[in-house]
Amino acid sequence: MAESSLIASPPAERLSVEPLPAESPVARLRWAVVSWRLAAAMWMRAAMSYRANFLLTSVGSLLATFLDFLVLVLMLRHTGRLGGWTLPEIGLLYGTSSFALGVADVLVGSVEGLGQRIASGTLDVLLIRPAPALSMVCAERFTLRRLGRPLQGLLVLGWSMGALPIAWTWPKLLLLAALLVSGTVIFGAIFVAGATVQFWWGESREFQNAFTYGGATLLSHPPGIYGKQLLAGVTFGVPLAFVNWLPLLYLLGRPDPLGLPPAFELASPLVAALSVLGAALAWRAGLRAYRGTGS
Amino acid sequence: MNLIELDNVSRTFTVRTRVGRLRRERREVRAVQGLSFTVAPGECVGYIGPNGAGKSTTIKMLTGILVPSGGRLRVAGVDPARERARLARRIGVVFGQRTTLWWDLPLRDSFELVRRLYRVPPPRYRANLARCVELLRLGDLLDTPVRQLSLGQRMRGDLAAALLHDPQVLYLDEPTIGLDVLSKARVREFLREVNEAGTTVLLTTHDLTDIEQLCRRVMVIDHGRVVYDGDLPGLHAQGESERTLVVDLVREGAPIDLPGVRVVKVEGNRQWLAFPAARSAAPIVAAVADRYPLLDLSVREPVIEDVIARMYAGATIG
Repeated sequence: MAESSLIASPPAERLSVEPLPAESPVARLRWAVVSWRLAAAMWMRAAMSYRANFLLTSVGSLLATFLDFLVLVLMLRHTGRLGGWTLPEIGLLYGTSSFALGVADVLVGSVEGLGQRIASGTLDVLLIRPAPALSMVCAERFTLRRLGRPLQGLLVLGWSMGALPIAWTWPKLLLLAALLVSGTVIFGAIFVAGATVQFWWGESREFQNAFTYGGATLLSHPPGIYGKQLLAGVTFGVPLAFVNWLPLLYLLGRPDPLGLPPAFELASPLVAALSVLGAALAWRAGLRAYRGTGS
Repeated sequence: MNLIELDNVSRTFTVRTRVGRLRRERREVRAVQGLSFTVAPGECVGYIGPNGAGKSTTIKMLTGILVPSGGRLRVAGVDPARERARLARRIGVVFGQRTTLWWDLPLRDSFELVRRLYRVPPPRYRANLARCVELLRLGDLLDTPVRQLSLGQRMRGDLAAALLHDPQVLYLDEPTIGLDVLSKARVREFLREVNEAGTTVLLTTHDLTDIEQLCRRVMVIDHGRVVYDGDLPGLHAQGESERTLVVDLVREGAPIDLPGVRVVKVEGNRQWLAFPAARSAAPIVAAVADRYPLLDLSVREPVIEDVIARMYAGATIG
């Protein structure tokens, strides 16, 4: 034991000043995911140490998301249609946006706590670790109870698919899968980019919530009921329309209220990739600003 | 080759202060300026100075958390600000006022995360953990949630967590702050062993006893500049610092008269005697005990702020 331990080990190893080994971009990306998983596992165990609290909040959050949809159903029972869309069609909207936001929230939603970490100075503790700070921040307070929302979204989605008079061929299923993945990625990018402003503005999670949770509510309703300016804003500004509206217009064969070229309806994966790029650049700039200004 | 190299490193902060209702004024504050020094592998350096002198800023630049505003900085041959995450594998950091441990989980879980994050090979991890547990007496604490640990116990846990990956350099920012005497002694003993095993140690502190028992080299920083770099006796000589012998006599009496000793204060049967910090207290204690009947006595170490204040006074006069 003694020969390799930290106190009795030959000092030569720790006294040498050899260069650090280089790492490829792929290895770095993998490491970002692995370190996220390590931190998330720690938070999950920490949450489990308060079992009663865990159960209560799990039930609570499931109930809250379910009430959202219940309100929508009750409203439709009354009117039958909303903006010309039937209940199963709106279920498709609700299911996809709920799923995309929910999964993004599970994976990176905790990034909104960044401002608090900056204010309390505990971001420094993360910056001494040999892992990307973004991974550590995103994994913060990870718990499985957040899976409630995406699971419920998936249930509603399943029901709507059965209730719609659509033959679910392989290409259509593939399109739906691409929609769910791209939508999740877009929401994730919005979470990160939105949190990044906290590097400059301090605690301001409400700003980002307007686009994430607010965005999901927006996307649960047919685009036709909104004004054109808003639709243009979520198409060309914050790319929420690409989460589910545009691809579902294509899938349901409905006309685009903005009358955009059909290419937009299939552009979601490309927009998702661009969003990730933008969020990554924003994060890097923010972290550089933090390390530049300190505080 | 040096492990740490700073060449004319400076660091400014922009502070915004409110002027009137809406206007805000931006002001540049220099936390550190023209900082140049090197640390050889295996050294133990005490980095001291008053509050706000720039100690924490220096540590944050050395870990790569903060980017220097100017100058050149190298740790283990790389620029910490650019290679932060990779350099992290080679350094250990302990913040006295901030824990890196997981509040709600047993100490053991935090150590296990260190093993995975730093990719410590399992045999080495086991050996290091065993050694840390032995030296820091953590055996009974491993399965206790961190939130239930005392400050001293938590500090010992933080020390272990910072060393499990065999870092080349260990930075400690006020590692003994707020600890009781026994905990301080344990922390110092442990750090001495760590340093003797070849780990380079750089620590900031307010407690000169830390330096006395650990560091052959001490650097004093004030207003962002290094004002002294040398050994501790040299600092005392330069600062003309004095230790104080507090004597409780059996009876009230005239001020004690001994060569090289100055009576600072007399209060009933208690007397305060000052003597140069570089001198040994033993002969003075012996002389006092020989000539005066004693109830009790204690020795007080000089305080950093006084040493530095006197250093300035000396510099302006001389």
